[in-house]
Amino acid sequence: MIEVGLNHYLVVSSILFSLGVYGVVTRKNAVMVLMGLELILNAANINFIAFAKYGNFGLGGQAMALFVIILAAAEAAIALAIVLNLYKTFSNVNVDEIDKLKE
Amino acid sequence: MSIYDVIFYLFAILTIGSGYLVVTSKNIVHSAFYLLFTLFGVAGLYVLLAADFIAIVQLMVYVGGILILLLFGVMLTNKVTDVKIRTGTIHIIPAVIGTGLLMGVIVSMMLRTNWKSEPGELPFTTTYGLGRILLTDYVLVFELLAMLLLIALIGAASIARRDNE
Repeated sequence: MIEVGLNHYLVVSSILFSLGVYGVVTRKNAVMVLMGLELILNAANINFIAFAKYGNFGLGGQAMALFVIILAAAEAAIALAIVLNLYKTFSNVNVDEIDKLKE
Repeated sequence: MSIYDVIFYLFAILTIGSGYLVVTSKNIVHSAFYLLFTLFGVAGLYVLLAADFIAIVQLMVYVGGILILLLFGVMLTNKVTDVKIRTGTIHIIPAVIGTGLLMGVIVSMMLRTNWKSEPGELPFTTTYGLGRILLTDYVLVFELLAMLLLIALIGAASIARRDNE
């Protein structure tokens, strides 16, 4: 086997990204869609940090990964609040059945 | 094959395998627990990439915060007492074809591109350097994100508690 380098990390993050997209497209439950989104954000973060190490760009990539994690936290809080409201209004959270903006 | 490579393949298999189980598992609580292992594997990859501070932040924010939040979401929006906690899937075959094509394109693009690759000298611990650039080069982004987190907190509370209309 060849030595682990930049390409290995990029391939891992590509596979993780595709799995996240698959989760977003196929799952009905809104919380599962959120989990797919978390996978996608993690894949992006692996890319940032891999290039920070192998591209000799200093610590800028790691700072950007930190910002992505903060954004993911904010996104999860807001999205969970919206999901709770959806459940209160429609008493389910299946994204293929919720097609109205109001009751 | 050095010990670094062995650890990399272990964490990569942990990440990809549990990531696959996250998106295919029928029980949504199982998905949440597999997501725990995925996030842990990603944190291990960060450690291998000399990003120790980011790895700890990943463990604290994702595993300690976001995953718990997702579990709250699961518990509050499903009837846990009966077996309704299972969740369905739609469009399996087009999704497999589509994301398979997407993955092939991205992986081949990643492997064919001649990336600028010169292993730089990252410091042994990154906390000092990260703190410096967060408060010098990226101070505007840092403050804006602090504001954004505050707004998100207030917004989430006001959206979720809108019950007396």
